[in-house]
Amino acid sequence: MIPLSAYVAVSAVLFITGLLGVLIRRNFIIVLMSVEIMLNAANINLIAFSHYLESMAGQLVALFVIAIAAGEAAIGLAIIIVVFRGKISTNVDEMNFLKW
Amino acid sequence: MVSIFFAYFALASIAAGVLTVALRHPVHCGLALLALLVHVSGLFILLNAEFLWAVQIIVYAGAILVLYLFVLMLMNLKTDDRYLHSSYLYFLVPAAIGSLFVLALLVRSPFGGAKGDATTAAILQDGDTHAVGIKMFSEYLLQFEIVGIFLLGAVIGAIVLAKTPKPPSRERKA
Repeated sequence: MIPLSAYVAVSAVLFITGLLGVLIRRNFIIVLMSVEIMLNAANINLIAFSHYLESMAGQLVALFVIAIAAGEAAIGLAIIIVVFRGKISTNVDEMNFLKW
Repeated sequence: MVSIFFAYFALASIAAGVLTVALRHPVHCGLALLALLVHVSGLFILLNAEFLWAVQIIVYAGAILVLYLFVLMLMNLKTDDRYLHSSYLYFLVPAAIGSLFVLALLVRSPFGGAKGDATTAAILQDGDTHAVGIKMFSEYLLQFEIVGIFLLGAVIGAIVLAKTPKPPSRERKA
């Protein structure tokens, strides 16, 4: 029997990996992929607790998280296309035209 | 046997996550993300959540990842020489220290709590899909509808954002 803390530890490591990716990568698409890693880590956590605490709520919330991740990916990639059309760059350091 | 599978899926998903963040070429990062998603879905199987496993494969690996790869190949990105942020060492060291602290806390804590009504035997009787469906369309119907509205808004927003703007001269004539 695998302890619950093993799943939570895997989830924590994945979440920190994704957080590091958001902070240190400069390509906007890789930043969005790191957000997906963080959402997956949250899903592992939700489903592990759902299994060990014998409640269905965690799986449903994980399902909603997946749906919201799909919407976020669609909107984020549309924004990338708009930015790329204007500036030919996906570097997050150069996307500063909302700052005045 | 289960612990062997757990160790494989856990280590492979962590390795794929690190590769997603660390690889230089964006398409390679996307493929490492695919490996991560598939191995995380293996963890879902170990937790008796086979409906979530199917959703993870179909929606994440089938739709979201293909969307990422599609945009990557559409834009024909050049790889930068300096692909990391200029001050990433300032983030790396605190993140390592913080993650070690969190891991030490996690391994020690017992995670007790009030049990719900969905025992493993009750789920295995009719299957996980049945249990998720019954719960979703009874107690979580409002949240389900909200997610539907959200996805509709996301579709419209993506179309409006990515649509090619009309040239201004044609607008003046019309």
